[in-house]
Amino acid sequence: MVEFTLPANSRVVEGKTYKAPQGAKRVRTFRIYRWNPDDGQNPRMDRFEIDLDDCGPMILDALIKIKNEVDTTLTFRRSCREGICGSCAMNVDGKNNLACLCPIEESSGEVVVRPLPHMHVIKDLVPDTSRLFAQHAMIEPWLKADSPPPPDRERLQSREDRGELDGLWECILCFCCSTSCPSYWWNPDRFLGPAILLQAYRWIADSRDEATGERLDELEDPFRLYRCHTIMACTNACPKGLNPAKAIAEIKKRMILRR
Amino acid sequence: MATRFTLGRVRGLGSAKEGVHHWWMQRASAVALIPLYLWFAFSVTALAGAPHAALLAWVGAPVNAVLLIALIAANFYHGHLGLQVVFEDYVPHEGKRLACLLVSQFLSTLFALGGALAVLKIALGG
Repeated sequence: MVEFTLPANSRVVEGKTYKAPQGAKRVRTFRIYRWNPDDGQNPRMDRFEIDLDDCGPMILDALIKIKNEVDTTLTFRRSCREGICGSCAMNVDGKNNLACLCPIEESSGEVVVRPLPHMHVIKDLVPDTSRLFAQHAMIEPWLKADSPPPPDRERLQSREDRGELDGLWECILCFCCSTSCPSYWWNPDRFLGPAILLQAYRWIADSRDEATGERLDELEDPFRLYRCHTIMACTNACPKGLNPAKAIAEIKKRMILRR
Repeated sequence: MATRFTLGRVRGLGSAKEGVHHWWMQRASAVALIPLYLWFAFSVTALAGAPHAALLAWVGAPVNAVLLIALIAANFYHGHLGLQVVFEDYVPHEGKRLACLLVSQFLSTLFALGGALAVLKIALGG
């Protein structure tokens, strides 16, 4: 049932401290989770003192500065640096967030950066997201229709039907929500989690999709859908301001409506 | 290297095609319990300090007996549904989870039957 002792090498220890350069005025300390799968060592929290006068405004800017100038082995995902790719999702000061949308000024004292919670870590701040993407593939996130499209144009939607997708299409699959969900922590092997359920609802709500019933069939399961207990951690975590909990409630509503 | 997850692995044994009934009955029993418990709390408060015979007469009255049995049934049904969620959440081992669910189901049924019998005995003068 419950494991009371941690497996070997899982205790996080204090790591190295990298001092700020001489003459730095606005120094901020970043405590960053480090783990290297190749050296057999325990994970550690390294301290990096950064001069904010010589650094961009966001957490991601500080990470890039550290990688470029202090320790090139620091490993993290990033791409667009403007909150649209979802790569730099991590836990900043105890809250899942996109490092690129997270101003350094908003945290007081030491900035603590860890990988997304309750995920296998590949290295440092990089979690293994392969299960989440496999679960995303499972819900078949594409338009499914038996009727052929009109020969002379796309499948059109009314403004109202298109409006149903607002608050759903904006999801960038950063998984801040799924990795903040206690139900997903305990049952990631069978529960789909808020990110994937929001994506599933994005296709259920699409007026052009003709596979709504099959989609609901696939979700009708005590674990896939009903592990959600409306904890709302997902909605609280979403850096894009979306509401996965509402999307899940809409799926549950449709489950009742079709009985 | 962390394990790679494949489509086959996350699909697993497929969807169980159930769960709606459990979800709906959990809510239905919760809604039923609100008036039942309000009625029960008010009635018991009103009977505070009453002699034993008065209490027996209250339980024995047909309306009270029916509502009491309904309260007992809804209470243990709702309790079992809630415990089921707890076991499914926190007991990952399939065998242990099944054992917990069976024990919960048996005990809830026994307690409910016992409670109903107690009310019936008083109501039917046994």
